[in-house]
Amino acid sequence: MTDLINNLSLGFATAVSLQNIIYAFIGCLLGTLIGVLPGIGPTATIAMLLPATYALPPVAALIMLAGIYYGSQYGGSTTAILVNLPGESSSVVTVIDGHQMAKQGRGGPALAAAGLGSFFAGCVGTLILAAFAPPLTEIAFKFGPAEYFSLMILGLIGAVVLASGSLLKAICMIMVGLLLGLVGTDVNSGVARYSFDIPELTDGLGFIAIAMGVFGYGEIIANLARPEDEREVFTAKVSGLMPTKEDFKRMFPAVLRGTALGSSLGILPGGGALLSAFAAYTLEKKIKLKPGEVPFGKGNIRGVAGPEAANNAGAQTSFIPMLTLGIPPNPVMALMVGAMTIHNIQPGPQVMTSNPELFWGLIASMWIGNLMLVILNLPLIGLWIKLLTIPYKWLFPAIVLFCAIGVYSTNNNVFDIWLVAIFGVVGYTFIKLGCEPAPLLLGLILGPMMEENLRRALLLSRGDWSVFVSRPISAGLLIAAVLLLLVVLLPSIRSKREEAFVEET
Amino acid sequence: MQIKSQKTFFSGVMFTCVGAAFALGATNYNVGSAARMGPGYFPLIIGTLLTVLGLVVISSAFTIKTADGEPVGKIAWKPLGFIIGANLLFGILLAGLHSFGLPAMGLIVAIYALVVVACMAGANFSMKLSLILATVLAIGSYLTFIVGLKLQFQVWPTFISG
Repeated sequence: MTDLINNLSLGFATAVSLQNIIYAFIGCLLGTLIGVLPGIGPTATIAMLLPATYALPPVAALIMLAGIYYGSQYGGSTTAILVNLPGESSSVVTVIDGHQMAKQGRGGPALAAAGLGSFFAGCVGTLILAAFAPPLTEIAFKFGPAEYFSLMILGLIGAVVLASGSLLKAICMIMVGLLLGLVGTDVNSGVARYSFDIPELTDGLGFIAIAMGVFGYGEIIANLARPEDEREVFTAKVSGLMPTKEDFKRMFPAVLRGTALGSSLGILPGGGALLSAFAAYTLEKKIKLKPGEVPFGKGNIRGVAGPEAANNAGAQTSFIPMLTLGIPPNPVMALMVGAMTIHNIQPGPQVMTSNPELFWGLIASMWIGNLMLVILNLPLIGLWIKLLTIPYKWLFPAIVLFCAIGVYSTNNNVFDIWLVAIFGVVGYTFIKLGCEPAPLLLGLILGPMMEENLRRALLLSRGDWSVFVSRPISAGLLIAAVLLLLVVLLPSIRSKREEAFVEET
Repeated sequence: MQIKSQKTFFSGVMFTCVGAAFALGATNYNVGSAARMGPGYFPLIIGTLLTVLGLVVISSAFTIKTADGEPVGKIAWKPLGFIIGANLLFGILLAGLHSFGLPAMGLIVAIYALVVVACMAGANFSMKLSLILATVLAIGSYLTFIVGLKLQFQVWPTFISG
C-alpha cells in the first residue's frame, strides 16, 4: 500500500505542472475536435496529431498524447452515438443503443453516460494499473506462445458469439480478417506475401484504410442507396444533456460491472478494449430488465454506460502488457509504442525499474487526460452536438474528404487512398450480403500475432500440436472457447440468441 | 434445389473464393512443417478452412428458412460510383499520376473535385451548393491540416508552386 502511494506520488510529482496541464488540455481539445469528425477514429486522430508532439520533452509529449487519446476516443463515441458511425472497433457496440437513444432525442444523456462512465472506469483502471502492474507482470510472463494462441482463439470465439446474425458467417469474416492481416512481409522469413510486387503492400494492409473503407465509405454508399426517409442520420433534437436520476440509478451498476470486466479483460494481451466492450454489452443484456426499462437495442442507457466503461478500463489496463511485455494490444497502443520509441523509450519490463519517473508519470498522465476530458467535454457537449446537426447531404462529402485526407496523412502515400476505395467497395458488398464487418477487423489485428504465437508454440514443441492441450492454462482457455461455442450452438439457447438479435434490428 | 437465401448463397461464394485464393497463393511460398512453419503454412491452413466453411455456408443457403428469399437487392451504382470515383479523383489530383504524365494539382483542387463529385452521389445535386460546401471545406482543411497540424501536403498545383 505504501509502495502504491509512493509510486503514484512520484508519478504525479512528475506529471503535474502548469505546463503539462496545458498540454493535456490542448491535447484533449484537439483530440475531441478531430475525433468527433465522422469516419475519423482515435487511431487516425492520434496518427495525425502524433507529429505535433515530437518537439516536446518526453513526459509532456506523453501527457499530450494521453489527452489526444482520451479526447479522440470520446469524440469517436460522440460520432458513434449521434451519426451511427463507429470510428473504432471498440465503439461498435456503443452504437447499438447509443444511436437509438440519440434518435429518441436522448443523445445528451447518452454522451454524458459515456463520458462519466469512461471517467470512473479510467480512475479505477489507473489505480489497478498502479497497484497490480508489478505482480501482474509475473503472471503475464507465465504465458508462453501456446497460451497466447489459445487466448486469442478464446477472444475470437467470444467476439463471434457476440456478433449479430449468422455465427458461421461471423467465423468466416474473422478468417477473412486473419488472411488480410497476413498480407505483407512475413517477419520470420522476410518473404513478402500476397504483395503482388507492390512495394506498399509489403508493409501490410493498413488497418486505418480498411476500417475507413469498410465502415466509412461502405456505410455512406449504403446510406445513400436507401430512400431518404429510411436513412440512418442524426436528425433528432437533443434536449437535456444530463441524464435523469433514473438514468443514473441504471447506469451506475452497469458502469461498475463494465469497469470490473474491462479491467480484467484488458490485462490479457490481444483482448483489450474491443473484447471488453463486447463482453460488457453481452453481460448487460443478460441482466434482467427492470420494469419500465427500455429493451436493449432500443436505447437502453446501460448499453452505452457498460461498454464505454469497460472499453476505457480495458484501454487503461491494456497498458500493463504494453509496458511490461512491449506487446501493443490494439492499434492505438501500437501508436503509443511508436510515440515512446520516438522519444527514446523502449517499452518493456526495463521501463519500470530504469525509468520510474517516466513509468509512473505516464500512469499519472493518463489519469490527468481522463480528468481533463470530463472537465472539458461535459460542458462542451452542446458544441460537439452542434457539429453534428449538419444535414447529411453536407456531411457525407465531408466524411469522404476527411477519410481521404486522414488516410493519406497516416503514411503520406497516395496508395492508401486507392486502398480505401477498394475497401469501400468491399464494405458495401458486406452490407449487401448481410455480413457483419466487426469480426473482420478483430481478425485483421490478431492475424499476425496469432501466426507468430502458433509458430513459436509449435517450434518449442517440435511440431507437436498437443502442446495446446497439455499445458494447463492453454487447455483451460481452449476448453472455455469450446464451451462458449457449444453453449451458443445448443438449440434452446440458439433460438434465444436469435431472438435477442432480432430485437436489436 | 432452390436458393432459399440469396445473401447467404453469395456470401458463401465470396468466402470460398477468398479462402481458395489465399490457400492457392500460399502454395507459392514455402509451407514447411508444423515444427518449422514456413511463410505459407498459416495462410494455407486458414485459407483451406475458410474454403470449407464457405462451402458449408453455400449449402446452408439451400436449407435455411427465410420468408422472402433474402434477395441481395439492387446495387446502388450511383452512390457507389460517385463516392469511390470522388475518392480516386482526389488521390489522382493530390499526388498526380506520374506514369501518365499528370502533374500533382495539390490539396485545394483535389478537395473541390472530391466534394463536387461526391455531392453527385446524393439526390437533388446542386452545383452551387456543392461549390459552397467545397469552399468551406477547403478553407477549413487548409486551416486545420496545413496551418494547424502542419501536415506535409502539396497545397497548390505544381505549375503554380513550382
